[in-house]
Amino acid sequence: MSILHTVNKSPFERNALDACLRLASDGAGVLLFEDGVYAALDGTSVAPRVSDALSRLKVYVLGPDLQARGFSAERVIEGISVVDYNGFVDLAAEHDKVQAWL
Amino acid sequence: MSEVVKKFLYLNRKAPYGTIYAWEALEVVLIGAAFDQDVSVMFIDDGVYQLTKGQDTKGIGMKNFSPTYRTLGDYEVKKIYVDQASLEARGLTQDDLVEVAWEDFETEEEIENIVEVIDSARVSALMDESDVIFSF
Repeated sequence: MSILHTVNKSPFERNALDACLRLASDGAGVLLFEDGVYAALDGTSVAPRVSDALSRLKVYVLGPDLQARGFSAERVIEGISVVDYNGFVDLAAEHDKVQAWL
Repeated sequence: MSEVVKKFLYLNRKAPYGTIYAWEALEVVLIGAAFDQDVSVMFIDDGVYQLTKGQDTKGIGMKNFSPTYRTLGDYEVKKIYVDQASLEARGLTQDDLVEVAWEDFETEEEIENIVEVIDSARVSALMDESDVIFSF
């Protein structure tokens, strides 16, 4: 079926997110965690690129990493799903494989 | 203490928790505070994320060092700067950041919040004026 892409680097510091969004096939999943969660926040300079990607990718963000950094689900771009660790495991199990954009 | 007072600038450019830089920088600032130098702490790029309010790390099993920033005033750190452009790029305002109070124990002069949001020109000037820059 499809790939779960994981991004754990800040989109302001590395190009991992951009590479992921450019190369992920339609219908793939993208999970943002650790410093990658900053890409899920609304109102940032990268938010338009992430919003655009939502039309062809399913995007998730890890709640505990958001919370650790001081952001609640209300700050997340509409259309991105907040998941917990169990959700992370489910996503990994549901997809054929995981591609980590380190 | 040393007679020569130098202007130390601690430059923070990394987000907290994803890497160890933010925590290490804070440790160095606190250690350095014991040496009676002229200390400035600056947050630019992802470093501005170090100061966000409401950090709660119980879900990730790491120490929440965010409350420590609020004690910097007690360590005689009186100058904390945040780059406006970095905040804007991240959709943040000063309201999203913690406040750091400062009090002069001799005169009882009190400043409610020493965190100052500054423009790029001011950031450059502060870098130029400092004797030493510690980068994290």
